[in-house]
Amino acid sequence: MSALRVVWSGFVMNLKMLGTSSFFLVTSVLQPVIFATVAFYMFKSGGRTGTLLYASLGAGMMGVWSTTLFGSGGMVQWQRWQGTLELGAAAPPTMTLIYLPFSVANAFTGMYAMAATLVWGRVVFGVPLHLVHPWLFLLSLPATVIALGLMGLVLASTFVLYRYANALANLLEYPVWIASGLVFSTSVLPAWTRPISWILPPYWGIQAIRNSALGGAVWGPLGMTVLLGLASLAISSFTFRWFEHLARSRATLSLT
Amino acid sequence: MTSLRIFFIGGAISFRALFGWLTPAIYIPTMILTPIFQIIFFAYIGRAAGGRSDEFYVIGNALQYAAVPCLFAMASTIADERFWQTLGPILISPARRLPLFLGRALPVIVNGLLTCAVSLLVGGLLLGVHFPGRVWVTLVPVLLAATFSCTGLGLITAAIGLRVRETAVLSNVFIGLLLVFCGANVPLDDLPGAMSSISRVLPLTHAIEAARDVAAGASLGSVDSLLGREVLIGVVYSALGFGLIRFLEQQSRRLATLERV
Repeated sequence: MSALRVVWSGFVMNLKMLGTSSFFLVTSVLQPVIFATVAFYMFKSGGRTGTLLYASLGAGMMGVWSTTLFGSGGMVQWQRWQGTLELGAAAPPTMTLIYLPFSVANAFTGMYAMAATLVWGRVVFGVPLHLVHPWLFLLSLPATVIALGLMGLVLASTFVLYRYANALANLLEYPVWIASGLVFSTSVLPAWTRPISWILPPYWGIQAIRNSALGGAVWGPLGMTVLLGLASLAISSFTFRWFEHLARSRATLSLT
Repeated sequence: MTSLRIFFIGGAISFRALFGWLTPAIYIPTMILTPIFQIIFFAYIGRAAGGRSDEFYVIGNALQYAAVPCLFAMASTIADERFWQTLGPILISPARRLPLFLGRALPVIVNGLLTCAVSLLVGGLLLGVHFPGRVWVTLVPVLLAATFSCTGLGLITAAIGLRVRETAVLSNVFIGLLLVFCGANVPLDDLPGAMSSISRVLPLTHAIEAARDVAAGASLGSVDSLLGREVLIGVVYSALGFGLIRFLEQQSRRLATLERV
Protein backbone atom coordinates (compact mmCIF):
# COMPACT_ATOMS: atom_id res chain seq x y z
CA MET A 1 0.00 0.00 0.00
CA SER A 2 2.86 2.31 0.88
CA ALA A 3 4.53 1.56 -2.48
CA LEU A 4 1.28 2.29 -4.33
CA ARG A 5 1.01 5.63 -2.52
CA VAL A 6 4.57 6.51 -3.53
CA VAL A 7 3.82 5.61 -7.15
CA TRP A 8 0.56 7.56 -7.25
CA SER A 9 1.97 10.64 -5.48
CA GLY A 10 5.05 10.66 -7.72
CA PHE A 11 2.91 10.28 -10.84
CA VAL A 12 0.59 13.16 -9.95
CA MET A 13 3.46 15.34 -8.72
CA ASN A 14 5.45 14.89 -11.91
CA LEU A 15 2.43 15.60 -14.12
CA LYS A 16 1.97 18.88 -12.23
CA MET A 17 5.65 19.78 -12.59
CA LEU A 18 5.67 18.93 -16.30
CA GLY A 19 2.63 21.13 -16.73
CA THR A 20 4.66 24.14 -15.60
CA SER A 21 7.64 23.47 -17.90
CA SER A 22 7.20 25.35 -21.14
CA PHE A 23 10.20 23.52 -22.63
CA PHE A 24 8.57 20.18 -21.96
CA LEU A 25 5.16 21.36 -23.12
CA VAL A 26 6.54 22.66 -26.41
CA THR A 27 8.45 19.42 -26.93
CA SER A 28 5.24 17.49 -26.26
CA VAL A 29 2.85 19.74 -28.15
CA LEU A 30 4.72 21.15 -31.10
CA GLN A 31 7.49 18.72 -31.97
CA PRO A 32 5.26 15.76 -32.90
CA VAL A 33 3.18 18.00 -35.13
CA ILE A 34 6.30 19.36 -36.83
CA PHE A 35 7.79 15.94 -37.46
CA ALA A 36 4.43 14.57 -38.55
CA THR A 37 4.08 17.45 -41.03
CA VAL A 38 7.52 16.78 -42.51
CA ALA A 39 6.80 13.03 -42.72
CA PHE A 40 3.38 13.62 -44.34
CA TYR A 41 4.85 15.92 -46.97
CA MET A 42 7.73 13.53 -47.63
CA PHE A 43 5.35 10.62 -48.20
CA LYS A 44 3.04 12.78 -50.31
CA SER A 45 6.00 14.09 -52.25
CA GLY A 46 7.14 10.52 -52.90
CA GLY A 47 3.66 9.62 -54.15
CA ARG A 48 3.03 7.16 -51.29
CA THR A 49 -0.09 8.76 -49.84
CA GLY A 50 -1.50 5.32 -48.92
CA THR A 51 1.11 5.14 -46.17
CA LEU A 52 0.05 8.35 -44.39
CA LEU A 53 -1.55 6.54 -41.41
CA TYR A 54 1.65 4.49 -41.17
CA ALA A 55 3.65 7.74 -41.03
CA SER A 56 1.16 9.30 -38.64
CA LEU A 57 1.44 6.48 -36.10
CA GLY A 58 5.23 6.56 -36.38
CA ALA A 59 5.40 10.32 -35.92
CA GLY A 60 3.17 10.01 -32.87
CA MET A 61 5.47 7.40 -31.37
CA MET A 62 8.43 9.69 -32.09
CA GLY A 63 6.74 12.23 -29.86
CA VAL A 64 6.18 9.65 -27.12
CA TRP A 65 9.87 8.74 -27.22
CA SER A 66 10.99 12.39 -27.20
CA THR A 67 8.93 13.26 -24.16
CA THR A 68 10.08 10.11 -22.37
CA LEU A 69 13.70 10.83 -23.20
CA PHE A 70 13.72 14.52 -22.28
CA GLY A 71 11.53 13.89 -19.27
CA SER A 72 13.70 11.06 -17.97
CA GLY A 73 16.92 12.94 -18.58
CA GLY A 74 15.43 16.11 -17.25
CA MET A 75 13.89 14.73 -14.08
CA VAL A 76 17.22 13.72 -12.57
CA GLN A 77 18.91 16.90 -13.80
CA TRP A 78 16.11 19.16 -12.54
CA GLN A 79 16.14 17.46 -9.15
CA ARG A 80 19.90 17.90 -9.04
CA TRP A 81 19.54 21.63 -9.75
CA GLN A 82 16.76 21.97 -7.21
CA GLY A 83 18.74 20.08 -4.58
CA THR A 84 16.11 17.36 -4.16
CA LEU A 85 18.07 14.49 -5.74
CA GLU A 86 19.82 13.75 -2.45
CA LEU A 87 16.46 13.64 -0.67
CA GLY A 88 15.23 11.07 -3.19
CA ALA A 89 18.40 9.01 -2.77
CA ALA A 90 18.21 9.17 1.02
CA ALA A 91 14.48 8.37 1.30
CA PRO A 92 13.54 4.88 2.57
CA PRO A 93 11.94 3.65 -0.71
CA THR A 94 14.35 2.52 -3.41
CA MET A 95 15.30 5.05 -6.10
CA THR A 96 13.59 2.81 -8.66
CA LEU A 97 10.30 3.12 -6.81
CA ILE A 98 10.72 6.87 -6.46
CA TYR A 99 11.54 7.49 -10.12
CA LEU A 100 9.24 4.85 -11.63
CA PRO A 101 6.12 7.08 -11.42
CA PHE A 102 8.12 10.05 -12.71
CA SER A 103 9.20 8.15 -15.78
CA VAL A 104 5.75 6.70 -16.44
CA ALA A 105 4.27 10.20 -16.09
CA ASN A 106 6.71 11.44 -18.73
CA ALA A 107 5.65 8.72 -21.12
CA PHE A 108 1.99 9.27 -20.22
CA THR A 109 2.34 12.90 -21.25
CA GLY A 110 3.78 11.59 -24.49
CA MET A 111 0.45 9.93 -25.25
CA TYR A 112 -0.70 13.42 -26.08
CA ALA A 113 1.87 13.38 -28.88
CA MET A 114 0.17 10.37 -30.42
CA ALA A 115 -3.28 11.94 -30.10
CA ALA A 116 -2.07 15.29 -31.49
CA THR A 117 -0.39 13.65 -34.45
CA LEU A 118 -3.42 11.56 -35.35
CA VAL A 119 -5.76 14.55 -35.05
CA TRP A 120 -3.35 16.77 -37.02
CA GLY A 121 -3.08 14.16 -39.75
CA ARG A 122 -6.86 13.77 -39.90
CA VAL A 123 -7.69 17.49 -39.92
CA VAL A 124 -4.87 18.89 -42.06
CA PHE A 125 -3.92 16.00 -44.32
CA GLY A 126 -7.14 14.01 -44.36
CA VAL A 127 -5.47 10.84 -43.11
CA PRO A 128 -8.22 8.27 -42.51
CA LEU A 129 -8.46 7.06 -38.93
CA HIS A 130 -9.97 3.68 -39.65
CA LEU A 131 -8.51 1.19 -37.17
CA VAL A 132 -8.69 -2.51 -38.07
CA HIS A 133 -8.56 -3.67 -34.41
CA PRO A 134 -9.65 -0.67 -32.31
CA TRP A 135 -9.67 -2.56 -29.00
CA LEU A 136 -6.23 -3.99 -29.59
CA PHE A 137 -5.08 -0.49 -30.51
CA LEU A 138 -6.40 0.79 -27.18
CA LEU A 139 -4.47 -2.01 -25.47
CA SER A 140 -1.26 -1.63 -27.48
CA LEU A 141 -0.93 2.12 -27.03
CA PRO A 142 -0.80 2.28 -23.21
CA ALA A 143 1.27 -0.92 -23.05
CA THR A 144 3.84 0.66 -25.39
CA VAL A 145 3.78 3.97 -23.56
CA ILE A 146 4.39 2.25 -20.20
CA ALA A 147 7.18 0.12 -21.73
CA LEU A 148 8.81 3.31 -23.03
CA GLY A 149 8.46 4.83 -19.58
CA LEU A 150 10.26 1.83 -18.11
CA MET A 151 12.97 2.12 -20.76
CA GLY A 152 13.25 5.77 -19.75
CA LEU A 153 13.80 4.60 -16.20
CA VAL A 154 16.96 2.75 -17.27
CA LEU A 155 18.19 5.94 -18.94
CA ALA A 156 17.29 8.01 -15.90
CA SER A 157 19.43 5.75 -13.74
CA THR A 158 22.48 6.48 -15.89
CA PHE A 159 21.79 10.21 -15.54
CA VAL A 160 22.42 9.84 -11.81
CA LEU A 161 26.07 9.43 -12.76
CA TYR A 162 26.19 11.40 -15.99
CA ARG A 163 25.99 15.14 -15.43
CA TYR A 164 25.47 15.99 -19.10
CA ALA A 165 22.16 14.18 -19.24
CA ASN A 166 20.64 16.62 -21.70
CA ALA A 167 23.38 15.99 -24.23
CA LEU A 168 22.84 12.26 -23.95
CA ALA A 169 19.12 12.80 -24.32
CA ASN A 170 19.71 14.86 -27.49
CA LEU A 171 21.94 12.15 -28.86
CA LEU A 172 19.56 9.25 -28.22
CA GLU A 173 16.50 10.74 -29.89
CA TYR A 174 17.25 10.01 -33.54
CA PRO A 175 19.04 6.64 -33.10
CA VAL A 176 16.03 5.13 -31.31
CA TRP A 177 13.68 6.56 -33.94
CA ILE A 178 15.84 4.98 -36.61
CA ALA A 179 16.52 1.60 -34.97
CA SER A 180 12.87 1.19 -33.92
CA GLY A 181 11.66 1.77 -37.47
CA LEU A 182 9.03 4.25 -36.34
CA VAL A 183 8.49 5.89 -39.73
CA PHE A 184 10.10 3.35 -42.06
CA SER A 185 10.64 -0.38 -42.01
CA THR A 186 13.86 -1.53 -40.35
CA SER A 187 14.35 -3.86 -43.34
CA VAL A 188 15.95 -0.89 -45.15
CA LEU A 189 18.61 -0.61 -42.43
CA PRO A 190 21.90 -2.55 -42.52
CA ALA A 191 21.57 -6.13 -41.21
CA TRP A 192 23.91 -5.49 -38.26
CA THR A 193 21.40 -3.07 -36.75
CA ARG A 194 18.67 -5.77 -36.35
CA PRO A 195 19.77 -7.03 -32.89
CA ILE A 196 19.74 -3.42 -31.68
CA SER A 197 16.16 -3.05 -32.90
CA TRP A 198 15.07 -6.31 -31.26
CA ILE A 199 16.04 -5.17 -27.76
CA LEU A 200 14.16 -1.86 -28.03
CA PRO A 201 10.59 -1.80 -26.65
CA PRO A 202 9.48 0.86 -29.19
CA TYR A 203 10.47 -1.47 -32.06
CA TRP A 204 7.87 -4.01 -30.89
CA GLY A 205 5.49 -1.37 -29.59
CA ILE A 206 5.13 0.40 -32.93
CA GLN A 207 4.56 -2.98 -34.60
CA ALA A 208 1.77 -3.76 -32.15
CA ILE A 209 0.23 -0.31 -32.65
CA ARG A 210 0.66 -0.34 -36.40
CA ASN A 211 -0.70 -3.88 -36.83
CA SER A 212 -3.69 -3.12 -34.64
CA ALA A 213 -4.40 -0.06 -36.79
CA LEU A 214 -3.55 -1.37 -40.23
CA GLY A 215 -3.97 -5.13 -39.79
CA GLY A 216 -1.53 -7.89 -38.91
CA ALA A 217 -0.35 -9.88 -35.91
CA VAL A 218 -0.67 -7.88 -32.68
CA TRP A 219 -0.25 -10.28 -29.77
CA GLY A 220 3.34 -11.32 -30.59
CA PRO A 221 4.76 -7.76 -30.75
CA LEU A 222 2.57 -6.74 -27.81
CA GLY A 223 3.96 -9.60 -25.73
CA MET A 224 7.50 -8.59 -26.61
CA THR A 225 6.73 -4.98 -25.67
CA VAL A 226 5.48 -6.04 -22.24
CA LEU A 227 8.39 -8.44 -21.77
CA LEU A 228 11.01 -5.82 -22.66
CA GLY A 229 9.23 -3.30 -20.46
CA LEU A 230 9.49 -5.67 -17.50
CA ALA A 231 13.12 -6.39 -18.39
CA SER A 232 13.75 -2.61 -18.37
CA LEU A 233 12.22 -2.38 -14.91
CA ALA A 234 14.45 -5.20 -13.65
CA ILE A 235 17.56 -3.62 -15.22
CA SER A 236 16.72 -0.19 -13.83
CA SER A 237 16.28 -1.52 -10.29
CA PHE A 238 19.80 -2.95 -10.55
CA THR A 239 21.37 0.08 -12.25
CA PHE A 240 19.72 2.56 -9.88
CA ARG A 241 21.21 0.69 -6.90
CA TRP A 242 24.61 0.43 -8.57
CA PHE A 243 24.81 4.02 -9.84
CA GLU A 244 23.48 5.40 -6.57
CA HIS A 245 26.22 3.51 -4.76
CA LEU A 246 28.87 4.88 -7.19
CA ALA A 247 27.52 8.43 -6.93
CA ARG A 248 27.58 8.24 -3.12
CA SER A 249 31.09 6.79 -2.97
CA ARG A 250 32.42 9.40 -5.43
CA ALA A 251 30.37 12.16 -3.83
CA THR A 252 29.04 13.25 -7.24
CA LEU A 253 25.31 13.03 -6.59
CA SER A 254 24.74 16.74 -6.23
CA LEU A 255 27.35 18.01 -8.71
CA THR A 256 25.72 20.28 -11.26
CA MET B 1 40.30 50.26 -31.72
CA THR B 2 38.15 49.74 -28.61
CA SER B 3 35.23 48.72 -30.80
CA LEU B 4 37.43 46.25 -32.65
CA ARG B 5 38.60 44.78 -29.34
CA ILE B 6 35.02 44.49 -28.12
CA PHE B 7 34.01 42.92 -31.43
CA PHE B 8 36.73 40.24 -31.64
CA ILE B 9 38.00 39.61 -28.10
CA GLY B 10 34.72 40.35 -26.35
CA GLY B 11 32.85 38.14 -28.80
CA ALA B 12 35.29 35.25 -28.33
CA ILE B 13 35.27 35.52 -24.52
CA SER B 14 31.49 35.71 -24.46
CA PHE B 15 31.20 32.60 -26.65
CA ARG B 16 33.60 30.64 -24.46
CA ALA B 17 31.87 31.74 -21.29
CA LEU B 18 28.25 31.40 -22.30
CA PHE B 19 28.02 28.62 -24.87
CA GLY B 20 27.59 25.82 -22.34
CA TRP B 21 28.02 23.16 -25.01
CA LEU B 22 31.74 23.76 -25.44
CA THR B 23 32.52 20.85 -23.13
CA PRO B 24 33.45 17.89 -25.38
CA ALA B 25 30.99 15.66 -23.50
CA ILE B 26 28.18 17.93 -24.73
CA TYR B 27 29.65 19.34 -27.93
CA ILE B 28 30.39 16.03 -29.62
CA PRO B 29 26.98 14.40 -29.05
CA THR B 30 25.04 17.58 -29.79
CA MET B 31 26.99 19.30 -32.54
CA ILE B 32 28.60 16.38 -34.35
CA LEU B 33 26.68 13.16 -33.78
CA THR B 34 23.08 14.41 -33.66
CA PRO B 35 23.13 16.14 -37.08
CA ILE B 36 24.58 12.97 -38.59
CA PHE B 37 21.73 10.92 -37.13
CA GLN B 38 19.27 13.55 -38.38
CA ILE B 39 20.66 13.18 -41.89
CA ILE B 40 20.45 9.37 -41.74
CA PHE B 41 16.92 9.49 -40.33
CA PHE B 42 15.52 11.71 -43.07
CA ALA B 43 17.47 9.95 -45.81
CA TYR B 44 15.88 6.66 -44.79
CA ILE B 45 12.41 8.24 -44.66
CA GLY B 46 13.17 9.58 -48.13
CA ARG B 47 14.04 6.09 -49.33
CA ALA B 48 10.89 4.62 -47.75
CA ALA B 49 8.70 7.40 -49.12
CA GLY B 50 10.13 7.14 -52.61
CA GLY B 51 11.44 10.67 -52.34
CA ARG B 52 14.62 12.29 -53.58
CA SER B 53 18.22 11.05 -53.61
CA ASP B 54 20.31 10.70 -50.45
CA GLU B 55 22.29 13.77 -51.56
CA PHE B 56 19.12 15.86 -51.29
CA TYR B 57 18.69 14.95 -47.62
CA VAL B 58 22.39 15.12 -46.74
CA ILE B 59 22.62 18.72 -47.96
CA GLY B 60 19.22 19.80 -46.65
CA ASN B 61 19.71 18.48 -43.15
CA ALA B 62 23.38 19.42 -42.79
CA LEU B 63 22.48 23.03 -43.56
CA GLN B 64 19.27 22.99 -41.55
CA TYR B 65 21.18 21.81 -38.49
CA ALA B 66 23.18 25.04 -38.61
CA ALA B 67 20.08 26.56 -37.04
CA VAL B 68 20.77 24.69 -33.79
CA PRO B 69 24.15 26.24 -32.90
CA CYS B 70 23.26 29.60 -34.41
CA LEU B 71 19.94 30.06 -32.64
CA PHE B 72 20.90 28.55 -29.30
CA ALA B 73 24.28 30.26 -29.08
CA MET B 74 22.93 33.68 -30.01
CA ALA B 75 20.03 33.35 -27.59
CA SER B 76 22.41 32.38 -24.80
CA THR B 77 24.47 35.55 -25.33
CA ILE B 78 21.67 37.46 -23.64
CA ALA B 79 19.57 34.86 -21.80
CA ASP B 80 22.58 33.37 -20.01
CA GLU B 81 24.05 36.77 -19.13
CA ARG B 82 20.68 37.53 -17.65
CA PHE B 83 20.60 34.21 -15.79
CA TRP B 84 24.05 34.82 -14.29
CA GLN B 85 23.06 38.40 -13.39
CA THR B 86 25.84 39.85 -15.55
CA LEU B 87 23.62 41.49 -18.15
CA GLY B 88 23.13 44.63 -16.07
CA PRO B 89 26.86 45.44 -15.83
CA ILE B 90 27.19 44.90 -19.59
CA LEU B 91 24.31 47.16 -20.45
CA ILE B 92 25.48 49.99 -18.20
CA SER B 93 28.97 49.81 -19.73
CA PRO B 94 29.83 52.53 -22.26
CA ALA B 95 30.65 49.92 -24.94
CA ARG B 96 29.04 50.58 -28.30
CA ARG B 97 26.18 48.18 -28.83
CA LEU B 98 26.93 47.28 -32.45
CA PRO B 99 30.38 45.70 -31.85
CA LEU B 100 29.19 44.35 -28.52
CA PHE B 101 26.38 42.25 -29.95
CA LEU B 102 27.64 41.61 -33.48
CA GLY B 103 30.99 40.50 -32.05
CA ARG B 104 29.12 37.82 -30.19
CA ALA B 105 27.69 36.62 -33.50
CA LEU B 106 31.06 35.98 -35.17
CA PRO B 107 32.11 32.85 -33.21
CA VAL B 108 28.55 31.58 -33.61
CA ILE B 109 28.84 31.82 -37.39
CA VAL B 110 32.20 30.02 -37.35
CA ASN B 111 30.80 27.28 -35.12
CA GLY B 112 27.74 26.91 -37.35
CA LEU B 113 29.99 26.62 -40.40
CA LEU B 114 32.01 23.89 -38.71
CA THR B 115 28.88 21.97 -37.71
CA CYS B 116 27.54 22.17 -41.26
CA ALA B 117 30.80 21.06 -42.85
CA VAL B 118 31.32 18.08 -40.53
CA SER B 119 27.70 16.98 -40.99
CA LEU B 120 28.01 17.21 -44.76
CA LEU B 121 31.27 15.28 -44.77
CA VAL B 122 30.39 12.47 -42.35
CA GLY B 123 26.71 12.23 -43.35
CA GLY B 124 27.79 12.05 -46.99
CA LEU B 125 30.40 9.38 -46.31
CA LEU B 126 27.96 7.22 -44.35
CA LEU B 127 25.34 7.39 -47.10
CA GLY B 128 27.79 7.09 -49.98
CA VAL B 129 27.38 10.69 -51.15
CA HIS B 130 30.67 12.04 -52.41
CA PHE B 131 31.39 15.73 -52.93
CA PRO B 132 34.47 16.47 -55.08
CA GLY B 133 37.08 18.94 -53.78
CA ARG B 134 35.92 21.64 -56.20
CA VAL B 135 32.41 21.41 -54.76
CA TRP B 136 33.75 21.85 -51.22
CA VAL B 137 35.53 25.05 -52.20
CA THR B 138 32.35 26.43 -53.76
CA LEU B 139 30.25 25.31 -50.81
CA VAL B 140 32.20 27.40 -48.26
CA PRO B 141 30.54 30.74 -49.13
CA VAL B 142 27.16 29.02 -49.36
CA LEU B 143 27.55 27.56 -45.86
CA LEU B 144 28.77 30.93 -44.61
CA ALA B 145 25.69 32.63 -46.01
CA ALA B 146 23.47 30.00 -44.38
CA THR B 147 25.05 30.38 -40.95
CA PHE B 148 25.06 34.17 -41.28
CA SER B 149 21.32 34.33 -41.99
CA CYS B 150 20.59 31.84 -39.20
CA THR B 151 22.63 33.94 -36.81
CA GLY B 152 20.50 36.93 -37.84
CA LEU B 153 17.44 35.00 -36.74
CA GLY B 154 19.34 34.07 -33.59
CA LEU B 155 19.86 37.77 -32.88
CA ILE B 156 16.08 38.16 -32.82
CA THR B 157 15.71 35.32 -30.32
CA ALA B 158 18.52 36.89 -28.30
CA ALA B 159 16.62 40.18 -28.25
CA ILE B 160 13.45 38.44 -27.10
CA GLY B 161 15.63 36.99 -24.32
CA LEU B 162 15.65 40.49 -22.84
CA ARG B 163 11.97 40.07 -22.11
CA VAL B 164 11.18 36.34 -21.77
CA ARG B 165 12.96 33.59 -19.86
CA GLU B 166 12.40 30.57 -22.11
CA THR B 167 14.58 31.38 -25.11
CA ALA B 168 15.40 27.67 -25.49
CA VAL B 169 11.73 27.01 -26.17
CA LEU B 170 11.63 29.82 -28.72
CA SER B 171 14.76 28.50 -30.44
CA ASN B 172 13.26 25.02 -30.60
CA VAL B 173 10.10 26.41 -32.18
CA PHE B 174 12.12 28.29 -34.85
CA ILE B 175 14.27 25.22 -35.55
CA GLY B 176 11.15 23.09 -35.98
CA LEU B 177 9.56 25.62 -38.30
CA LEU B 178 12.73 25.80 -40.38
CA LEU B 179 12.69 22.01 -40.66
CA VAL B 180 9.22 22.19 -42.20
CA PHE B 181 9.59 25.34 -44.30
CA CYS B 182 13.16 25.67 -45.55
CA GLY B 183 13.07 22.79 -48.03
CA ALA B 184 15.52 20.59 -46.14
CA ASN B 185 13.40 17.49 -46.65
CA VAL B 186 10.45 18.52 -48.78
CA PRO B 187 11.01 20.29 -52.10
CA LEU B 188 9.44 23.76 -52.03
CA ASP B 189 7.36 22.88 -55.10
CA ASP B 190 5.64 20.15 -53.07
CA LEU B 191 4.65 22.53 -50.27
CA PRO B 192 1.35 24.45 -50.51
CA GLY B 193 1.71 27.88 -52.12
CA ALA B 194 1.35 29.85 -48.89
CA MET B 195 3.99 27.75 -47.14
CA SER B 196 6.31 28.04 -50.11
CA SER B 197 5.94 31.84 -50.01
CA ILE B 198 6.85 31.90 -46.31
CA SER B 199 9.89 29.74 -47.08
CA ARG B 200 11.23 32.44 -49.40
CA VAL B 201 11.63 34.92 -46.55
CA LEU B 202 13.17 32.49 -44.07
CA PRO B 203 16.86 31.84 -43.50
CA LEU B 204 18.39 28.71 -45.05
CA THR B 205 15.90 28.22 -47.90
CA HIS B 206 18.03 29.88 -50.57
CA ALA B 207 21.30 28.55 -49.18
CA ILE B 208 20.01 24.97 -49.28
CA GLU B 209 18.86 25.47 -52.86
CA ALA B 210 22.23 26.97 -53.77
CA ALA B 211 24.14 24.15 -52.06
CA ARG B 212 22.16 21.55 -53.99
CA ASP B 213 22.87 23.38 -57.25
CA VAL B 214 26.58 23.58 -56.40
CA ALA B 215 26.67 19.87 -55.55
CA ALA B 216 25.05 19.20 -58.92
CA GLY B 217 27.94 21.00 -60.63
CA ALA B 218 26.86 24.65 -60.74
CA SER B 219 29.50 27.32 -60.33
CA LEU B 220 29.42 29.97 -57.65
CA GLY B 221 28.51 32.57 -60.27
CA SER B 222 25.41 30.70 -61.31
CA VAL B 223 24.04 30.63 -57.76
CA ASP B 224 24.93 34.23 -56.93
CA SER B 225 21.32 35.39 -56.95
CA LEU B 226 20.36 32.69 -54.44
CA LEU B 227 23.35 33.59 -52.30
CA GLY B 228 22.53 37.28 -52.57
CA ARG B 229 18.99 36.66 -51.35
CA GLU B 230 20.26 34.51 -48.46
CA VAL B 231 22.71 37.22 -47.38
CA LEU B 232 20.01 39.88 -47.77
CA ILE B 233 17.70 37.85 -45.52
CA GLY B 234 20.56 37.58 -43.03
CA VAL B 235 21.13 41.35 -43.11
CA VAL B 236 17.41 42.07 -42.64
CA TYR B 237 17.09 39.61 -39.72
CA SER B 238 20.30 40.96 -38.13
CA ALA B 239 19.08 44.54 -38.44
CA LEU B 240 15.70 43.56 -36.99
CA GLY B 241 17.41 41.67 -34.18
CA PHE B 242 19.76 44.53 -33.38
CA GLY B 243 16.92 47.05 -33.48
CA LEU B 244 14.86 44.82 -31.21
CA ILE B 245 17.76 44.52 -28.76
CA ARG B 246 18.05 48.31 -28.56
CA PHE B 247 14.29 48.72 -28.17
CA LEU B 248 13.89 46.00 -25.53
CA GLU B 249 16.98 47.24 -23.69
CA GLN B 250 15.30 50.62 -23.31
CA GLN B 251 12.05 48.94 -22.36
CA SER B 252 13.75 46.76 -19.78
CA ARG B 253 15.26 49.86 -18.15
CA ARG B 254 11.91 51.63 -18.20
CA LEU B 255 9.89 48.66 -16.92
CA ALA B 256 12.64 47.28 -14.65
CA THR B 257 12.43 43.83 -16.26
CA LEU B 258 16.14 43.29 -16.83
CA GLU B 259 16.85 41.30 -13.69
CA ARG B 260 13.61 39.35 -13.76
CA VAL B 261 14.81 35.76 -14.20
